[in-house]
Amino acid sequence: MTAISPPRGSGPLARREARLAWSMLLPTISIVSLVVLLPLLAVFWISVKPVTLSDLRPPAPIVREDLRGRPAAAGDDADIRYRLRNSSQSKEISDVVLSDVLPDGLDVRTLDPRCELDGRQLTCRLGTWQGGFRDELRIPVTVGASYLEGGDIEASPPVIDGDAENVLTNLTFTTANFASIFDGEEFRTAFVITLVYTVAGTVGAMVLGLFAALLLNKSFRGQGVLRGLYLFPYVAPVIAVAFTWVILLDPFSGSINTLLVRMGVTTETINFFGQKPLALIMVIVFEAWRYFPLSFLFILARLQSIDSDMYEAADMDGASPFQKFWYLSLPQLMGILSVLFLLRFIWTFNKFDDIFLLTGGNAGTRTLTVDVYEQAFAVSNIGAGAAVAVVVFLCLVVFSALFFRFVSREEGL
Amino acid sequence: MKALRSGYFTGAVLGAIWSIIAAWTMAVAVSLSAGSPAVPVATGCVAIGIVAGLGAAFQLRPIIVIVLAVVTAFVAVVIGHGPLAAVEGGGSSIVVSASSFVLAVAIAGPVVAFMAGLPGGVLTRHELEAAIIRFLTGFGYLFFTAIVVIPFYVMVMTSLKSQQELLLNPLDFTVDLSKGWDLFRGYGELFTRYRFGTYMWTSFYVSVVTVLVTLLFSVPGAYAVARLRFRGRTAFSRGILLIYMVPMIVLALPIYIAFSVTGLRNSIPGLLLIYPVTTIPVALYMLQGYFRGLPTEVEEAGLMDGLNRLQVIAKITLPLSLPALASVSLYVFMIAWNEFLLAFMLLDDPAIFTLTRAVTSLNSSEVPRQYLMAGAVVATVPIMVLFLGLEKFMTKGLTAGSVKG
Repeated sequence: MTAISPPRGSGPLARREARLAWSMLLPTISIVSLVVLLPLLAVFWISVKPVTLSDLRPPAPIVREDLRGRPAAAGDDADIRYRLRNSSQSKEISDVVLSDVLPDGLDVRTLDPRCELDGRQLTCRLGTWQGGFRDELRIPVTVGASYLEGGDIEASPPVIDGDAENVLTNLTFTTANFASIFDGEEFRTAFVITLVYTVAGTVGAMVLGLFAALLLNKSFRGQGVLRGLYLFPYVAPVIAVAFTWVILLDPFSGSINTLLVRMGVTTETINFFGQKPLALIMVIVFEAWRYFPLSFLFILARLQSIDSDMYEAADMDGASPFQKFWYLSLPQLMGILSVLFLLRFIWTFNKFDDIFLLTGGNAGTRTLTVDVYEQAFAVSNIGAGAAVAVVVFLCLVVFSALFFRFVSREEGL
Repeated sequence: MKALRSGYFTGAVLGAIWSIIAAWTMAVAVSLSAGSPAVPVATGCVAIGIVAGLGAAFQLRPIIVIVLAVVTAFVAVVIGHGPLAAVEGGGSSIVVSASSFVLAVAIAGPVVAFMAGLPGGVLTRHELEAAIIRFLTGFGYLFFTAIVVIPFYVMVMTSLKSQQELLLNPLDFTVDLSKGWDLFRGYGELFTRYRFGTYMWTSFYVSVVTVLVTLLFSVPGAYAVARLRFRGRTAFSRGILLIYMVPMIVLALPIYIAFSVTGLRNSIPGLLLIYPVTTIPVALYMLQGYFRGLPTEVEEAGLMDGLNRLQVIAKITLPLSLPALASVSLYVFMIAWNEFLLAFMLLDDPAIFTLTRAVTSLNSSEVPRQYLMAGAVVATVPIMVLFLGLEKFMTKGLTAGSVKG
């Protein structure tokens, strides 16, 4: 007789549940790996490759076909002409093979030594082409009546194929991308600017959000309207608000500048998004303006869930309004504030659109994310862009590790 | 020290500070709405502020305080230290003088409210702080409303002005009603010459498809994470959040390359392949939070009655979580509608622009700014209407989902 003991391992029911769970997660997992994980790996791969924008089109052999020699009657001679070209000026293509189906009514008289004819199937092995290669291949034919009656040489387009080194897939690696980005002063500046922008933008948005939340943390008529209104900056599309800011602050015909000059605050117009320290300050202000609604929502939700008993007790003890805020509300909000800080920090660090639309990364506002774009598309050096992207990603990993350590303690996530 | 705590002193100081704030607000408001710039004159404003503050501290009736403030404003205007002064060549001085009196009321009214119930003598800490808090609250409403309203006001008004009018007087946002329908020329041009109707439709169906695909993927995923036990559940839900934090710009590069090579660039299907993936993680995260909050007993009852899991989801869980589905859908719709980076990088063909991409293409020196702002309004209005109409769901969605920025 066996002793009774609790079951060990997972039973059939548990296994069935787990199977069901995985099958429900499978679609998500597969599409996320396809569109997120694969590109992530690709970024690492590209960052150690010497890729530029022009390499996105690998060299390819190109062929055009026509019939030369205007045959008028059956039995006339003509040439099938293949014009051949290497699409790349610098890279070679090896093992080029041309194949074509000759139309009925064209009989080959002499065959080029590189070609073979099997029935009507023509195959030519054209060897290796250097960069900038151009050639013509002529095949003399006798034109028969059936061709003249409506045959078309272009009815069957020739197929040409060759092996070209694709810099994206070959095994040449380089550290030049990382060397070039770490070498320049540019990267260090970008890093410092990113940190300044991230910290100041996050703190600014949170302070504004805290202020707004305290304002609306009481019920009065119109509270809902104001709450909705204060969310506008976040809900509106970034292009709309960014362009509005640009137009509002335009140095030549912007309303703010005109206002300042007319009011006598400044004598000359101020180029808000084009001057060195000011542009960075302005993008930070924009960031705080655009994202305070988020902090505001979070903090308001937390404020409304604080037990009112505590405040009543504090009132009994004679705490003043500021004391209540400082000794009661603030400690209660500390958890949400720190979670919010980390989240916003990560997202501000990742922010691209805002700065790109406001200043295009000029005037000392080039953050790392803008740098990715500039390297890849303005300088056309995709490899260097990917290298910066790798750095951004690694920073993110560090921040998220911090986030999870912290948040799992705070919010039990 | 005691003098500093007296109600008279507090009233005077709060009155003075508030007068400056109110005066600047008034000056900006007059400038932007009437097109005639005005500057606050410090002496006049502060005088009105102090009069109002002291009046309130002496416990005068509010109406008397306001009358006193208006009288002070009148004196100030007469002796040339008016609270607001017209700027040379800046337009009508009548408007400015008139607004001086409005300003006097705008200073006195709130000051009375700040000082409500404060005695003139020495204040307790409570009374002082309460007054300061009322002052800060007033300031806060003014400040936040101004920073939110001004950009949107300028956006709408600029879209109604012609390029010449804008260059002539960038401050003049008055609407010239005599122009009639010509006011909306910018919009007309957008929808005829710039084909914004098509773009709006593209944006709309791209967003809707994104919402549908996102729900299709995230509902089963969220249910599995919330309800079913399996190894690696925590790791999975964290991984989802982590993936959500990967910056789009990092992924945009390889996606750009892959799409260039495969020919998916410049195509809506290509966009539709990526958009849902950017939103699935957050939708999954939001939904699983909601599913967890649903009582398991109802589902167990369903299981006992012979439904299988999938039937339970379809017949019990989903109907119960309609509000959450609405929030998630709205939030995802908003993300897709507002998305800029991918549309900007992947779409070059004007035939298939989304709205955000189309507005970006208006940002050139050849296109009048009126059109650019009209485009911005066109992009903003639908999302705002949706937002205001369904504010409750939207706010919930934002709170639950705003791990994203």
